[in-house]
Parts: sequence; C-alpha cells; structure tokens
Amino acid sequence: MYNGGKIIAGMLVFLAFFTFPFYYNLGKANARPEPKLNTPVIQQLAEKKCVESRDFMRAEHMQLLNDWRDSVVRDNNRIYKNREGKEFSISLQNTCMNCHSNKKEFCDKCHNYMAVKPYCFSCHIEPKENKS
Amino acid sequence: MKILLPFVAVIALVFLAYAGVGVAKLHFLFGVVLPYAAIAVFIFGFIYRMFIWGKSPVPFSIPTTAGQQKSFPWIKQNKLDNPSSTLGVIGRMALEVLLFRSLFRNTKTELRDGPVLSYGSEKFLWAAGLAFHWSFLIIFVRHFRFFMQDVPVVLQMIEGADSFFQVGAPLLYLTDVVLVAAVTFLVFRRLAMPLIKYISLPADYFPLFLILGIAITGILMRYVTKVHIVGVKELVMGLVSFSPVIPDGIGVIFYIHLFLVSTLLLYFPMSKLMHFGGVFLSPTRNMPANSREVRHVNPWNYPVHVHTYEEYENDFRDKMKKAGLPVEKE
Repeated sequence: MYNGGKIIAGMLVFLAFFTFPFYYNLGKANARPEPKLNTPVIQQLAEKKCVESRDFMRAEHMQLLNDWRDSVVRDNNRIYKNREGKEFSISLQNTCMNCHSNKKEFCDKCHNYMAVKPYCFSCHIEPKENKS
Repeated sequence: MKILLPFVAVIALVFLAYAGVGVAKLHFLFGVVLPYAAIAVFIFGFIYRMFIWGKSPVPFSIPTTAGQQKSFPWIKQNKLDNPSSTLGVIGRMALEVLLFRSLFRNTKTELRDGPVLSYGSEKFLWAAGLAFHWSFLIIFVRHFRFFMQDVPVVLQMIEGADSFFQVGAPLLYLTDVVLVAAVTFLVFRRLAMPLIKYISLPADYFPLFLILGIAITGILMRYVTKVHIVGVKELVMGLVSFSPVIPDGIGVIFYIHLFLVSTLLLYFPMSKLMHFGGVFLSPTRNMPANSREVRHVNPWNYPVHVHTYEEYENDFRDKMKKAGLPVEKE
C-alpha cells in the first residue's frame, strides 16, 4: 500500500464517523417516552378525548396548532369544529393547556426525546407547575 | 431506455417496500435485517474499495497545476494552486473536497456562427453540485437526532439554522427545498444537454432518481402523510443499540424511506458514489508539485544491475594504458 499511513488514518476517521451512533449510545437505555395524561382536569372528564382522535393528534397536533394560530391571529375566528361536529374554543392556554396542564410530563416528554424545540411558549405563558 | 430503466428500478423499489411491509407485513426484514446488511456492506465495501485503490501504485508524479510553481525567491509562488508543501496540499484538498474547486474552473465549449469556437465559464454544474452535496451533508447530520439518546446542542443549532424561517409546522427545512431543487436540476442537465445525455448511463441516472426518491419520501413523511415519529426513533435506537424493536403503527412510508436508504448504502461501494472516498485519492490533486525538489520513485522499478565506469576501468585498466587512453586511477 502506497501512502498507507495516510489512507489508513482516513479510513479510521471514516469508521469513527459512520459507526458513531453505535458506540455513542453504549450503556444508555433506549427508553420510550410515556407522556402522562393523569392531570386532575382529564381525570374528571366523562369522555377522555382530545379535540380530535388520538392518532390524529399524535401525528398532526403541530399542524393543528399552526392552523389554530392562523385562524385566530389572521381570521379572528376562535371556534374550531372537529370532525364530529363538536365545537371548541381555539386557545392554547385555555383549551389545550387546561387539560394538559402538565407540560413537563406531557409536551416535553416526546419533544425532548425527539430533540424538537417548538416555539409555542416564546409567546404564550408557560403553565405554572407546582404539582409534579 | 438508459433513463427509463433506472427510473422504473426506483419505482419498483418503492413498490417492493410497500408490498413487503404494507401487504406482506415483513416489518422485521425491512426494518432490521436489510438496514443492518446495508450498513455492513457500506462500511466494509467502502474500506475494501479504498484498500484496493490504495494498493495501486502511482508511477509518476502527476499533480496538475494552475499557478506559479515554487521557483526563485523573487517569483511569487501560488501556494494553493501549485503547492510544494504538505500544508499547501492540505489546503488544495480542502478546497477541492469542500468547495469543488476544479469543477469551479469548468468551461463550456460552443460552436457559434462564423464558425467560431468559443469557450465560456460554466458555473451551473458547480453551483448545483455544491448546493446538492452540502444539503445532503446537512440533512445527513440532522438525522443524527434519531440516532442519539441525548442530542448535542450542535445538532440542535444546525437544525435551528436549517429551519430558520419557521415556515409552517413542522418547520420547513431549507435544505429539503435546496436538495430537491438541485437534484432536479442535475437530472434535467443530463436530459437537456445533448452531449451530456449521450454519455449518460443508467448508473448516472439511478443514484439521482434514488436520492430524489429518498428526499421525496422523507419530505412526504415530515410534511404530508405523518408517521409515528417517536416509534421511528425507538426503532432506530433499537438498531444502534443492537436490541432491535419494531414499534407498532409507524406507517409504511417510513419503511419505504428506510428501504431506499438501505438500497443507497448497499449500492454505494459498487458505484460512482465511491467518489466520496475517491476524491481523497486523486493523484492530480493530492500530490505536491515538487517534482524538481523530490525525486518520485516509480514503485514498479525493479533493481537494475548497473556497471559503473569505475568498474569498467577496473576491468580494462591495463588494456587502456597500453592503448594510451587516459585513466582516472593509476
């Protein structure tokens, strides 16, 4: 091998870069986040259901929140009609966070796991969480 | 046919993954076995190719130059385009690898009325190539948030910069747009220019279509038909910690994306994509232009038996003296 030292050094860098996830996560538990739904308000609900179905909310909540924002801020429309025809007041603080008052145990669980940083609370007031 | 074949091949791969996961429910094969196989082939195949290339001798000192060579002290040397030291070579290689400097010098030839042959600067290939490669790198690095339990701040900063304009939700990544635009340009370039079209082979179109397929499935997954993203990370983390899991309800489009990426990794070591490693082994770029200072020894040279003049004189000294010829040693 000609210039073997340099080529082998290059290959080691290549190897270190592409196998990085395999050794970086050694000894770290692969813990799936479990967002908690046991806030007092949710427990008192007769029908434990969000504004849309669970699967829809899981996949589309960011889109829904974005649409809600546009609806309120641009069209001055504060009423949301869901797929079942039920009406909700469009408000992050008074509708969403009323039930999901546990931001740290609900929102942040998955967002931290996925390293997503939504900018909701750079304008809105974060809920005060005394209870853990 | 040269264009249709790779196009149909990529479409077939998409349908294969759809049939395999959506219909035949082979989640484990497409989610665990194939990705592992692809990563192994990629890493070992890459190293094998580089090893083979590293073994081939370079018989001549063949750096190409585009500037003044090191000469008398009062003549200014172009240290990047005609480097004579290792540092200069590193500089030239860095410009080559990171900014595609030799592609920047690309010229186009045109036969105009007259007939006049004219040469002009051609920067579109360079610009689109640079946009494509950098977007691809940033997208690749960004994906590491799926591969790490605690995502470092650096990655989050890259992501923040990439989604700087905060368009829509989830935030639109600039690199997604740039990559698709650049790859599309690179495809149309091959189709629109007759000379380029003539020399393009299925092996030129296939990677373009494949990467376009990967980008489109990825974009669909993020912005249109959403997948269960926490499940995706769980699956990936299972793979990298060698305890594979198949979470429920991820969505077929993720498996199509993963299958196309696996195909890319499998295909990588046996295709033109090896220019990733090959660019570092370009002798015209990575050799210092010091052929007047340092003798380049051809590694093929075998030891030649040399009969020096001294030995010749030793053999014939007496006869030379008798004939009256001058000798160096008495």
